[in-house]
Order: sequence, then C-alpha cells, then structure tokens
Amino acid sequence: MTGSETLPADGLLAASWLLIALPLAGAAVLLLGGRRTDRWGHLLGTATVVAAFVIGLLCTVQLTGVEGRSVQVELFTFIQTGNLDVSAGLLFDPLSALFVLLITGVGALIHVYSIGYMAHDNARRRFFAYLNLFVAAMLLLVLGDNYVALYVGWEGVGLASYLLIAFWYQRPAAATAAKKAFIMNRIGDVGLALAIFIMFAQLGTTSYAGVHGSVGLLAGGTVTAIGLLLLLGACGKSGQFPLQAWLPDAMEGPTPVSALIHAATMVTAGVYLIARSAPVFDATPTARNVVLVIGAVTLLIGAIVGCAQDDIKKVLAYSTVSQIGYMFLAVGLGPAGYVAGLAHLLTHGFFKAGLFLGAGSVMHGMGDETDMRRYGALATRMKVTFVTFGLGYLALIGFPFLSGWWTKDAIIEAALDHGGTWGWVLGGVAVLGAGLTAFYMTRLMLMTFFGQARWGDGVHPHESPPVMTAPMIVLAVGSVAAGFLLVQVFPLSGWLEPVFGEPAEAAHVVAPIVVSVVVTVVVALGVLTAWLFVGRREVPVTAPVRVSPVVRAARRALYADTVNESLFMRPGMWLTRALVFVDNRGVDGVVNGAAAALGGSSSRLGRAQTGFVRSYALGMLGGAVLVAGALVAVTAG
Amino acid sequence: MSVLAAAAGSEVVIGTGETIVFWVLGPVALAGALGMVLSRNAMHSALWLVSTMLSLGVLYVVQEAPFLGAVQIIVYTGAIMILFLFVLMLVGRDSADSVVETLRGQRIAATVLGIGFAALVGAGIARATRDLPVVGLAGVQAGPGGAADGNVEAVAAALYGRYLLAFEVTGALLIVAAVGALVLTHVERQPGERRTQKELSRARFLGSDTPQTHPGPGVYARANSIAAPGRLPDGAPAPASFSTGVEPQRVDELPPTGSTGAERAGIRHSGGTDAALGTLGGATNGPTPGSGSGAPR
Amino acid sequence: MTLTYYLVLAAVLFTIGTVGVLVRRNAIVVFMCIELMLNSVNLTLVTFARSTGTIDGQIIALFVMVVAAAEVVVGLAIIMSIYRTRSSASVDDVNLLKY
Repeated sequence: MTGSETLPADGLLAASWLLIALPLAGAAVLLLGGRRTDRWGHLLGTATVVAAFVIGLLCTVQLTGVEGRSVQVELFTFIQTGNLDVSAGLLFDPLSALFVLLITGVGALIHVYSIGYMAHDNARRRFFAYLNLFVAAMLLLVLGDNYVALYVGWEGVGLASYLLIAFWYQRPAAATAAKKAFIMNRIGDVGLALAIFIMFAQLGTTSYAGVHGSVGLLAGGTVTAIGLLLLLGACGKSGQFPLQAWLPDAMEGPTPVSALIHAATMVTAGVYLIARSAPVFDATPTARNVVLVIGAVTLLIGAIVGCAQDDIKKVLAYSTVSQIGYMFLAVGLGPAGYVAGLAHLLTHGFFKAGLFLGAGSVMHGMGDETDMRRYGALATRMKVTFVTFGLGYLALIGFPFLSGWWTKDAIIEAALDHGGTWGWVLGGVAVLGAGLTAFYMTRLMLMTFFGQARWGDGVHPHESPPVMTAPMIVLAVGSVAAGFLLVQVFPLSGWLEPVFGEPAEAAHVVAPIVVSVVVTVVVALGVLTAWLFVGRREVPVTAPVRVSPVVRAARRALYADTVNESLFMRPGMWLTRALVFVDNRGVDGVVNGAAAALGGSSSRLGRAQTGFVRSYALGMLGGAVLVAGALVAVTAG
Repeated sequence: MSVLAAAAGSEVVIGTGETIVFWVLGPVALAGALGMVLSRNAMHSALWLVSTMLSLGVLYVVQEAPFLGAVQIIVYTGAIMILFLFVLMLVGRDSADSVVETLRGQRIAATVLGIGFAALVGAGIARATRDLPVVGLAGVQAGPGGAADGNVEAVAAALYGRYLLAFEVTGALLIVAAVGALVLTHVERQPGERRTQKELSRARFLGSDTPQTHPGPGVYARANSIAAPGRLPDGAPAPASFSTGVEPQRVDELPPTGSTGAERAGIRHSGGTDAALGTLGGATNGPTPGSGSGAPR
Repeated sequence: MTLTYYLVLAAVLFTIGTVGVLVRRNAIVVFMCIELMLNSVNLTLVTFARSTGTIDGQIIALFVMVVAAAEVVVGLAIIMSIYRTRSSASVDDVNLLKY
C-alpha cells in the first residue's frame, strides 16, 4: 500500500475473521437446519449481522490506534501449488473498515426491515440464509488481502445476488432476471479472472501488497491490460455501461435485496475494486481514462432512462446505475477523486437504501403494486414513509447541506478540476446528470406521494409496521447527516490517508462556491421542469402511447437490451447453431460417416461369408488361378 | 526331349509298351475322374473313383514304383474306398445331390475357373518340363548288383533310414486319427438312457403317421418305377407313398382307364392293369380317399 | 512320350478334383474329390522321382497315402457325427458359421 507499513494484527483485530465467519455460520445453520429453524431463523440471521457490525465497529475503533492504520491477519494457506502461493489473509485498513461498516451497518438495518417485509413469506428463513450468505461473501470481498480472496468473495456475492433475485423463482420474470444478472456478471468475472491470471503470470503474486508494490516493473501495455480487465469486472458487478442492463431487471427480487445488494453494497464492489487497485490505475492513464468515459456515459444513460420509467423500483435502479456512474467518474479521476467517490458511495449507500426501503414500504402498503401511475396522494396515508423517503430524495438530488450535496458537489468539482476540455466535458456531464437526477426523482415523488389518488378499489394504503419504519428512520437520519459528518466532522480524506496518501490541494478551475451555486440552480431547474411536466397535470393511469422518440427510447432503456440481443445474443445463437450444425453434420458426419462406411462395407463384405464352404473354396480356386497365371506370365516373359 | 535325353547318355528312353499303357490308362483315369464328379449318385461316384485309382496304381507300377502301386491298389482302392462305401451306405445313401444348384453361379464359375486352372497349370508344366531328363530309378533300386535289391528294399531302406523319424510320427498320427475317429463317433449314453422295447414301440407308433413301411405302388399302380407314387383307388396319388430315397423325377405312367385316347380307342397295352379298374374310374359312390378304413395308409 | 504327359495328366486330374469339390454337395463325394486330388499329387511325385532318379518322391507319396488315410478316418467320423445331429450329409447345410 502506498507509504504505510502493514502490521500483523493483535487484539480484537486478530479476530476480524469473525466478521466473515458469523454471517457464514448463520447462513449454514439456516440452510442446513431446514424447517426446524423456521421460527427463529430470521432472528438468528439478523443477530449475526448485528454482531458483525459491532465487531466491525470495535475493530475500526481499535484500528485508529494502530500505527499506519493497517493490519494484516494471516489465517491459513489457501492455495499452494508450484509458484502460486495464495494465503488466506485479511487486510483491515481504513478502506476495508469503511466498507465493513457500510455493509454490516446498512445490512443490519435491512435485516431488521426484512423481518417485517418478509413476514408473510413462507420462505423467510431461506431469504435470511441467502442474505447472510451475501453479507459473508461481501465481507470476504472487502477484507481479503489478495485478489484471489477478492475473487472468491466476488463470486460469492454473485451467487447470493443470483439466488436472491430469483428468490421468487416461481415467477418467470424473476428467474429470467436472475439468469440475466448471472450471465452478465459472468462476463465481468471473466475479465477479473483474466486480470488475476495476468498478475500471477507476470508478477508471480496476487496479494495486494505484492501486486501494487511491483506494478511499476511491468510494461505499460500489460498494466493497461490488467487495468482494463479489472474495469470489465467492475463494470459487470456495478452495472456500468455496457453491462448495465441486468441491474434494473434485478429489481424482480424482494425489495430489501434491491436495497442491500443492488443499491448499497454489492454494486459498489466495482468502485471498491478500482479504488483498491489505485496503484494499478495510477500506472496506466489509458485505463483510467476509460474508467472516466464509462462513468460519464453510464451516469447519463442511467439518468435519461430513469426519467421515462413508470416502475418505482426501476426508476431507483436506473438512479443507482447513474449514481455509480458518478462514483466511477470520481475514482477515474485519480487521486483527486478517490475520496470524493468513496464518500459518495457511503452517502449513496444510506439514502439509496433508504429510498428502496421506502419504495418497499409503499409497495407493502399498495399490495405489491410497482407502477407509479397507480400511486398518488400517498403522502397523507404513509406519513413516516413519506418523510423518510422525502429526506432520501432530497439527499439524492443534492439539496444543500444534505448528504448528496456534500459528496456529489465534491465529485463535480473534482471533475472540473481535472483540467482542460476534458475537465469541462466531464464537469458538464456531471452537472447535467445532477439536473436529470432532480427531474426524475421529483417526478417519482410527485407521482407517488402527491396529486390524485389513482389506485384501484381493492387497495388500502397503510403505513408499514415499526420493524420496517425504524430502519427507514435510521437511514433517513443517515441520509441527512452522513455527508456533513464525512466531509466536515470526521473528514474521510484524513481517514483514508494511509490508503490513498496525502490529499493534494487541487488548483480549482472554478471556485467551489460557484460550482455549488450552479449545481443548485440546475437541480432547481430539474425540479421545476418535473413539476411543470408532472405535478401540474393529471397523470394518466396508463402510459401514453403517443410520445416522442426520445421518451420511447428512454422507456426501452436506450435499447440496451436490443443492442445486447442483436449484437451478442443473436450472433451468439447463430454461431451456436452453426457450430451445432457443423458438429452434427461435419464432425459427427465425418466420424459417423467413417464408422458407417466401415460398418457398411464390412457388413457388405461380411455377406461374402455365406457359411457355404464351397463358396470359400471357389474363392481359393480363383486365387490359385491368379497365382498360376502370374507364374506363367512371369516365366513366359 | 527325346533327342536331348539321348544325348545325355544316362537317359532312360520311355518304351513303346509304357506309352501304350499310358494312353490306355490315362484316359481311363480321366474318365473315372469325370464320372465321379458328374454322376449324381454318390455310390456311382465311388465306383468311378475306384477305376481312377486302379489306373493310377498301374501307372505307378509302370513308373518304376511297384511297391507304391501295390499299396495304392490294396490300401487305397481296397481299404479306404471300402471305408467310403461303408460311410456312404450309413449316411449318404438317400442324399443324392439334386440337379438344382443352390449357390448362384457356382457351377459356371467353378467350371470356368477349373478350365482356366487346368490350362494354366498344364501349359506351365508343359513349358517347364520340356527338357525334363529321365534318369530312371535303376541306379537306386536295380535288382541284384544294384544299390538295392529292388524297389521294396529301396523304399524300406529310405523309410527306415533317413525317414525313420517321419515314419514314426506318421504312425503316431495314424493312432491319433483312429482314436479321434472313435471319440468323434462315440455317443455318450447316460446309464438308464437306453430305451426299452416298450418305449421304442410307443415312440414309433405315437410319434409318426407311418409306423410301418411306406405303402408300395399297390394294386392301382400305373408304373413299375419306384419313383412313381402309389395310387389311391380313385386314381389320385397317395402322398405318403413317395419314396424318400428316390429323388422326384418324371416317370412314364399309364393313363387311367377311360381318360385318354388309347384306352378309349380300345388299344390294350402291355402290363396294363387298368382293365381291371374299368368301372372304378367312373365310380362316384366308391370309398373316397382317406375317408375310411378302405383307404391305404 | 515324355514324362510331361504324366504331369499334365496329374494336373488335369487335380483340376477335376478341385471342380468336384466346388460343385458337389454330398460331403462324402467332396471327400472323394479330395482323395482324387491327393492321388494326382502322388502321381506327380512318382513321376518326378523317376525323373530325378531318387527314391524320395516315392517315400513322400507313401506318406501322403498314410496321411490321406488318417484324414479319411477323421473326416468320415466328422461326417458321421454331423449326420447324427443334422440328418444331412450336405455341406451346404452346415452353414451356421457366417455373417
């Protein structure tokens, strides 16, 4: 790591493996225990995560006292073969601590929430088992001290995500979405695996310390390849362009899953990977610029598509895509942006989880209806939900002095400070994205909580039970305060200094106050536009068909699925069919044909074996005549 | 050949007597061989082969191998051919080859190939042995004063001299062959398996429609030949009367009474028994075949 | 008159025996044809013995006769046992060993 000595752990830090072991044990008990654990399974699942949170908190506190703020826990040798020596070790440093707290903190809240949300589901125990499995895998992902451990966690969260998206596997849509998520993740996973292979082939090690220490020795092209492959992995996991299409579909899973996995934690693993691999990206400007471009493009795609969706969870999903685009943009900026990106990751974890839980609460009250066109005027029916959701909303659009304002402005500033035309373009995109964010989120608020009531007769909106609202309140508080706390009270840049080094004092291209004002104005414009388009008018219960091509494109997610299908799926299917054809007719044909030719000719020759001795004798006589003829011919010649 | 042979000095000139013998016996041997192949009856084949073997035996004698000729006639023609006849009488008596060849093209192909083979080998031998000298065996088996006291002594000297081992092995081969034949033809019977007279009788009368001999031509026969079926009183052939030992063949039969021109014209033919059947041929109320005890079995 | 005539006679006899083996179906007749072939070979041996002035040809012919006798004994025994099980002495009926 940059400039800091990694010490062996002692005290409670030495037991940080408990962080992973506890949820894993919970998952094992719930999955293996079967129906016997039905009655108390959810409590056990919640308890393990809460315990992990407490341990994580204590470890973090202890970490502040450790010199260099980085400790290593050697557990055992994982893989030892030939030159490959992978030890299972944990690295507890400020970056992992940050993620541990986010994962276990938000995770614990969402576990509590799920107790209420899944109360009526027969398979609640299975749900908590998967959630625990996810938490364990995610903690392994962020705590591992080498890329292989990260990869194991990476695959673990992919598995848990798959299982949870398909939790209601009876629904074809959920099953399909899970498969889609799994396959698109796999594309990214292949990239990550290849990056690890290159590291091992070129450097002989996969530990963070080893790779980051000697990355400078590699050729530029190799480093760029590693960086791009890591980026591919990050894109797959974080739903970034061009692998963004799975994330909105993943909303088929239960809402707590959307909140925990597909908003707060797992999808930010890509950001973690890039931040963790900062030394690699520091060595390759090419890959870093690609990160920037992908962040900017995704940011815009997510925001634009979010504007046209009617499904409340899909809007939030595209919002997540867009916000993670911000984070990618930030970490792509290099040292100037790491802290800003991670700060936004944390605040986003709070308010987006809060928003999802709020959406879940709305759905809970509306009989699992997700179409916003059938909501309306819920503000008075669900007061707690409305307030907590509204605070999350304000934090997300960047209302001054709320969480999003602190962290998003920091990213926009960093983008502008990147310098030159590049900086202006990125900054402009980020500002535009902020305006779009304001528009679609205001639209969501207006359609859900204001205006006319548009729900059907059988629906009786009601507030959710306290076990669900309590986590929402906690997260709302976090949405309000997290930004201020992380930027002003406990500066994140100082906490992360051992990881990313001294924050350089950037020469501001535009004064921060000007940026804040401009962004606030743009956001206000977005809100106003939304009010003009949605708030003033009657919202049709069915989506209007006669709309502009832009809206149509946005409704279809900018044709991401179409592009995927026509560019990859169809050619892939054609290729497969062609290969199957070649295999059946060509390869099999040659093999079977040879066999059939041999078999046929042998059976035809076998017909000569009539069983009649006289036929055989005739053949012998024929041969004798030939021999005699040859002899005569030779001697006569 | 003869010119060269005469020039060689030690040549034996083949005398006129031998030439005559060859030209007499050679065709006989050939005719015997052809007759053996061509005659349909296996018994005839065996007899034809005997004539060939006798001819060859004489030819051996002529060719200064009197002992071999004697063995040929006594052992071969005598013993072995008798063995053939024994087996023939045991198994092959009623299995005369039918005229129809079952394997398509076998006969034609065999004939063509045979003629080709004979032509090639004959031509080859004729070419190769054009200058064959005739040293003769006088040197090794001449009478008193020669190396041996005649053919038998010469053969014995070689057989019990240089070829002693082969001779002993051949003797062993003969014993093995004898034992082998015993083993092959021996029928293993479990004790008690032998059937009693009662059981044999039962099997005979219950197992077949014809416990007795097949019916002969009977009084209604229209031909003397064994190959013609017996007749039922109404003139129809009796199926059970067909001899299995005789292959089916066309036989001249007398027409039934009143059915053909000869009878109607009143011409009486020799041996004709139909005159006695005159009224039966047109009878409509006589016993019908197989309907009662009147029908022969 | 030369010895060639004997040899050609033997060749023709041999061929007739061969054709007999091919066209006859009665196993016993087939055997007789084989005997004919052996006899023709014997004639050749005797003829060459005379031609070369050595007795060995005759000795070998004697051996051929002995072996032929042994072969006849065994072969006829085989025919007997086949006849017992199949009630037929036709070589065409013994055709189970085929494709």
